[in-house]
Amino acid sequence: MTDSPATNGEDIPLEIHDLTAGYHKKPVLWGIDLQVPKGKLVGIVGPNGAGKSTLIKAVMGLVPPSSGWVKIFGKPYNENRKRVGYVPQRESVDWDFPVTVMDVVMMGRYGHVGWFKRPKKVDREIARDCLDKVKMLPFAKRQISNLSGGQQQRVFLARALAQESDIYFMDEPFAGVDAATETAIIALLHELREKGKTLLVVHHDLPTARNYFDQLLLLNMRVVAYGETEEVFTYELLQKTYGGRLTILSEVADAVGQRAK
Amino acid sequence: MSQQRSILAKQGRGAGHALGLLAVLAVFVVLPENAWSAKIGDVAEETSLGQQAIRFFSFRDPSVRYAVIGSVLLGISCGLLGCFIVVRKMALVGDTLSHAVLPGVALGFLFSGVSASGLFDWSFDVDNITKNPTLIFCGAVVAGVAGTFLVNTLKRTTKIKEDSALGLTLASFFAVGICLLTMIQDLPTGNKSGIDKFMFGQAAAIGEDDIRLMTGITVLIVAVVFVFYKELLVTSFDAGFARAIALPSQWIHHGLMLLVAFAVVIALQAVGVVLVSAMLITPAAAAYLLTDRMHRMLLLAVGFGVASGVLGAFISFLKPNIPTGPCMVLGASAVFAVAFFGGPRHGVLTRWWRHMSRSKRVQRENTLKALFQVLEYREAEPEESVSLKELAERRRETIDEVSGQAKELKQHGLVTLHEEGNKILFTPNGWQLACTIVRNHRLWELYLTNAANIAADHVHDDAEQIEHVLGDDVVRELERMLDDTTRDPHGRAIPGFVDIHKPFAPTVPGPSGYGRNS
Repeated sequence: MTDSPATNGEDIPLEIHDLTAGYHKKPVLWGIDLQVPKGKLVGIVGPNGAGKSTLIKAVMGLVPPSSGWVKIFGKPYNENRKRVGYVPQRESVDWDFPVTVMDVVMMGRYGHVGWFKRPKKVDREIARDCLDKVKMLPFAKRQISNLSGGQQQRVFLARALAQESDIYFMDEPFAGVDAATETAIIALLHELREKGKTLLVVHHDLPTARNYFDQLLLLNMRVVAYGETEEVFTYELLQKTYGGRLTILSEVADAVGQRAK
Repeated sequence: MSQQRSILAKQGRGAGHALGLLAVLAVFVVLPENAWSAKIGDVAEETSLGQQAIRFFSFRDPSVRYAVIGSVLLGISCGLLGCFIVVRKMALVGDTLSHAVLPGVALGFLFSGVSASGLFDWSFDVDNITKNPTLIFCGAVVAGVAGTFLVNTLKRTTKIKEDSALGLTLASFFAVGICLLTMIQDLPTGNKSGIDKFMFGQAAAIGEDDIRLMTGITVLIVAVVFVFYKELLVTSFDAGFARAIALPSQWIHHGLMLLVAFAVVIALQAVGVVLVSAMLITPAAAAYLLTDRMHRMLLLAVGFGVASGVLGAFISFLKPNIPTGPCMVLGASAVFAVAFFGGPRHGVLTRWWRHMSRSKRVQRENTLKALFQVLEYREAEPEESVSLKELAERRRETIDEVSGQAKELKQHGLVTLHEEGNKILFTPNGWQLACTIVRNHRLWELYLTNAANIAADHVHDDAEQIEHVLGDDVVRELERMLDDTTRDPHGRAIPGFVDIHKPFAPTVPGPSGYGRNS
């Protein structure tokens, strides 16, 4: 890559350039370009298999990109990882795991604590505050398997809050939660945005997407559109995102995947 | 013996974390008794079990000392690592690893015969072959790593899934190992001592060199788990999140596998290749059933591992021709069985017991309710008596059945019985409870019809279940929500505060307690 960003980009929370990524060498995302400004609540929407989760994972290095680069506040991910918070999908973990709600939230502090060290009292207090923010403090000592879906999601949010990051990636935080939790999460996201945090949220539900987010990223294996919600949330663009899987791209992806085997 | 069994059962019912350990001790007493009596039958030896135990636990014999120390060490290392294997759902990986080390053990054994005269001239130096723990350790670790590598390669390059890759590797490495072991046994001369014990384990074969190696490895494992506890915890719980906070999940996984290989190899001499994975998995699985905190699980698993290890060593001391491995694994399995049946929260017996006591309570409450309804139907006062016949008709049951129920109520101080058990009288407590149940039932019916708009003839069956579980808070809530709580949807009075706390002066009824509604 010869074309690195012109400025050092420290004020740009997320910059993606020509990112192609996928699984088993089969691309799911093609040539993604994206620049997200500070203090925005961005919804990532698109049909199933559009690569919404993959985009987040590729940014965080969980899925290796086959080309392109990602910068967080002007630096590669690993150099600025403490400024990134992550809420994975709820189903990605085993909720029978022998830990308490508090233990899980403390994991959000691990990135700050560092190797060979134990979390300190300060970390414990931060974790308590974060649990309080999602109204889960009374559950702090419960084992996580006794929680409802909405409560599990709040625990994951509290863990991300405990990371005290500047940019957050959330993978379907509204999936399978009750209405009360959904309202609470949205209020929390707005609060974070007021504090100047940048949030990218994978979202499944189109009707609510319009009300929840400042900006939308319409994604279907490539960026269909990105911009302010009222500009992007149009019939033509949504049609373009959802109408018909992009046959050529997915055929080529299959072909590339086969050759890799 | 049966007395000891009943002690075991009693302990099973007693809750708490000490339960598992107590059970181990009980098994400790039960099993050796059998072994001892069998031994008396074989050889007329005059030492009693007590004397044997004293001899064993005083550690006078160096071989006993080594066996016990070795068992403790392997219990610690296997217990700790086993916990991470269980919560990472890698039990099969542990099993494969433990079988895959066998060819390495054989090669390590053969390698001790290699002298400077030629790298592959071992057959000429067959008399030099000894059981060199370091060489065996190295060989086994190399074989274990090779096995893991093969599994990963199969998974990555073919469409074979993990379970098949594991099974395939386990079997093929084990087969190679058996062939090599047989070849060693068939060698014309040489010191073959101990090599045949690697199959099923023999604690008595543990030597001073082994102990040194085992101590080193165990200290290493304890230190790693202690220092990297939070990294191991977060990568086990949520590998994706761990990688997002830039922990090298893959390397932590490989490091853990290497430690497991170490633990397997130091446990081999005592437990044997075939069963060593059980010492990894069983104590940890028992601990997993008993607690839902990782640090407690680690401590419990270490306790269980050490207890079953020492138990196995003790039995094989009493009966040297039984291999140690199966004894240790039996001990661990006994612990698991106790956890499975008697665990305070998830134990099968505990849950059954809870279920039984709940359904007994429900039956008591239903009988009380029937007594209440008999009196209500007669428009009688709560002090008046109910005959068994009336109760039987109301409950649609036989006199014998309701007679048993009445006695049960009497035991709980809810009624008194008169005229040879034919007349039943409420006690004040019984009357209060009966009113509460009926009130719960009718309030719930009222709530369903009024607030939830369910037809009046649909609500009875539901209320039959709910009346037993409504707590005070919910009842208060219902009272707040409902405007008029005097009559239920079927028009019957709902017993209120006044009824429940009626001044109550029970008298023994005269022969004609009936007649009010006639």
